Amino acid sequence: MSNSCYHCGLDCDQETIVFDQKNFCCNGCKTVYQIFSENNLTSYYDIENNPGITPKEVQGKYDFLSNPDILESLLEFNDGAIQMVNLYIPSIHCSSCIWVLENLHKINQNVKDSQVNFPKKTIRVTYNSNDFDLKKLALLLASIGYEPKINLENKNTEENTSNRTILYKLGVAGFAFGNIMFLSFPEYFEVNEYWLDHYKPLFRWIMFTFSLPVVFYASSDYFISAYKGIKSKILNIDIPIALGIAVLFIRSCHEIITGTGQGFFDSLAGLVFFLLIGKFFQQKTYNFLSFERSYKSYFPIGVTLIKNNNEEENIQVQDVRKGDRILIRSEEIIPVDSILMKGEAYIDYSFVTGESEIVRKTSGDKIFAGGKQTKNAIEIEALKSVSQSYLTQLWSNDAFKKESNANFQSLTDQISKHFTIVILSIAFLSLFYWLWKDTSQATYVFTAILIIACPCALALSAPFTLGNLLRIFGKKGFYLKDGHVIEKLAKIDTIIFDKTGTITASDKKDISYEGEALNEEEATLLKSTLRGSNHPLSRQLYLLLKENNIVPLDDFKETTGKGLEARVKNHKIKIGSESFVAETTTKNALKTSVHISTNNQYKGKYVFYNQYRKGISKLFYKLEKKYHLAILSGDNASEKENLRKLLPVKTKLLFNQQPQDKLVYIQHHQEEGAQILMIGDGLNDAGALKQSNVGIAVSENVNIFSPACDAILDAKNITDLSKYLKICNKGIRIIKASFILSFIYNIIGLSFAVTGHLSPVVAAILMPLSSISVVIFTTICTNFICRDLK
Amino acid sequence: MSVIYILLAISMVIAIIFLVLFITIVKDGQYDDVYTPSVRMLFEDELETETNKTKNKQQS
Repeated sequence: MSNSCYHCGLDCDQETIVFDQKNFCCNGCKTVYQIFSENNLTSYYDIENNPGITPKEVQGKYDFLSNPDILESLLEFNDGAIQMVNLYIPSIHCSSCIWVLENLHKINQNVKDSQVNFPKKTIRVTYNSNDFDLKKLALLLASIGYEPKINLENKNTEENTSNRTILYKLGVAGFAFGNIMFLSFPEYFEVNEYWLDHYKPLFRWIMFTFSLPVVFYASSDYFISAYKGIKSKILNIDIPIALGIAVLFIRSCHEIITGTGQGFFDSLAGLVFFLLIGKFFQQKTYNFLSFERSYKSYFPIGVTLIKNNNEEENIQVQDVRKGDRILIRSEEIIPVDSILMKGEAYIDYSFVTGESEIVRKTSGDKIFAGGKQTKNAIEIEALKSVSQSYLTQLWSNDAFKKESNANFQSLTDQISKHFTIVILSIAFLSLFYWLWKDTSQATYVFTAILIIACPCALALSAPFTLGNLLRIFGKKGFYLKDGHVIEKLAKIDTIIFDKTGTITASDKKDISYEGEALNEEEATLLKSTLRGSNHPLSRQLYLLLKENNIVPLDDFKETTGKGLEARVKNHKIKIGSESFVAETTTKNALKTSVHISTNNQYKGKYVFYNQYRKGISKLFYKLEKKYHLAILSGDNASEKENLRKLLPVKTKLLFNQQPQDKLVYIQHHQEEGAQILMIGDGLNDAGALKQSNVGIAVSENVNIFSPACDAILDAKNITDLSKYLKICNKGIRIIKASFILSFIYNIIGLSFAVTGHLSPVVAAILMPLSSISVVIFTTICTNFICRDLK
Repeated sequence: MSVIYILLAISMVIAIIFLVLFITIVKDGQYDDVYTPSVRMLFEDELETETNKTKNKQQS
């Protein structure tokens, strides 16, 4: 029988809890199983194997939900007895999750109804609020491993509307396209049949009616965009499109009013329909990911304020004033720069500074906002308000104010600039030619050129190529904000990496022992001593050491900032910093190490190395051929030699970089003309990610917080980065090739138009043909270039 | 009056009914989440067997 946890599927290395003849890796998993089995919900485990999530300690975490202001802003519906709320649960990942969450009412009677939206990873719960509330709901969800993530950005509910508008437009255009096609079909073959001639005007006027919503509703975006383009003097792709649509409509109206022809209503509706499909296709977004997050979504909504009379009150985080006393529990984020008043703080700043070491602070020390308390509860006194804290000040930098796409011209826009000019000159040249030769034909030819030149296929090339790549990347754990990111990635010439969390795995470390080997007795003593200490390094070392008997210590002393001393019978051991243990210091003090001596005799040291992700070195050597590389680290320079060995010689290494330094570094190089790709993971990189041309956030778990960026990359795929970049470059080539393809169609069409032979049938065949062949071409090509992305 | 007017009217009314239906469906949010219902649909059976199983257990 495999020794993996029945609930979460992890290996039960350290301890195994057997319950109900099943193995569990921890008490948390066992408890969830118990809850499920008591409520007849064990088919949770039948739908998928080991679907569970280990619940985390959440005691007190959701206390802020009892604050009525916060509650009011989160609830979607509240009539006193029934409340409805929409919660974001990042850990939703499989069909078992959907099943158990939609059966919440079996665990708690007060839950009336719960419905999961899987793509968005949200759950909408309706519950009886008389003896149940949001806090209890959050605790219930957390107790079965589905911890809801609540922040003020949850309140956005309007994002649906834009997505639906395009569906409406697509529906209207498709409806009109189909019907107009049927109605115009009889006239394609120009049969002079009595009944056909008799009903011609009627058919034409019905087609006209159907085309009205297409022109004035479905294609309104193109007119608006073209107007904006002209206003800001940019010849974007929408100008020839809008011109084409307008000319198609006006000429068709003229034809049916004068009775000279059937018009081009079929081509008009078809054109708009295809264009909208392209737009719809490119609109693929990852609803469950957010690329525009600021520090606010990282901070808690509510904090626990301790009043003068020692009463606790939950207040919203922005209401924290200077001098307030705040209670911070285990695993909570410190929301504001403050002074530690009570308790011992073990703060994990890795997200803020990139420094991976856990910092230990004692009463009276200053702590900065953004750190995460890893141990017991502490009390702090705020020194500033939240928005003035050191970390949040980064967001007042200009980089966060500028529109990221403002200076970017897409490939389509570049082409369309020339395209529009060429088409307009061809149109006017032939207008003058025909005015001179045959005046009656002049307007006919002029409009025909504008109609056939309408760059439908051209406008579809980029959306389909980029949309397809976006989808393929998404399947491989590389989530891009939009198609423009691909175009930007193709232009990159410099890549800058963050160290901690990006090229190193954030929590894993290699520990090696250097020095005299310890005998059995000493090893036992070491393990037993470490057991008594709460220092982060002691904990890591303790977990690493082999199972030894734990012996009771006769004497134990921990000196803060120095180390441990212990004695069993007549054996003494000293564990800690070099000065504490050996009373001498060597030069190599940069490495994080724990020294050991027994009976006042120096034995050796455990050295902690960063563990680099597998394949990083290979990736750098691959990238080196094409790009300038650099590493900006918030850490100290202890890893410099290690990195030198690992990475190509040309790689620049910079250490002790503050968040602001990283931003300035990138700004400086951009002014020299570099196109920079920044790859980082934490809040400390947020400024750099925003300032760079493309910012990729690397994340162990793409569902949890990542700073504002252009793309989110699953950490396990980081070694594929060179492949992704290569594919982006090839993608641009595909777009260019399909531009050529659509130009060929345009030239064929123009040859009809210029000579004055453009009949509605030709337009009706040529337009869909060009669009469809471009779509097929790009789809096949993108799948082809992504074939080795496995 | 020719029958073709009636036919045209009927065909157009049907087409418009479908368009209106489509729009109301989108408005109801049926296209907001196109994945979950496909999974949810398969659950009903699972739930049934589960309750049956427990019933059987209780009986035996």
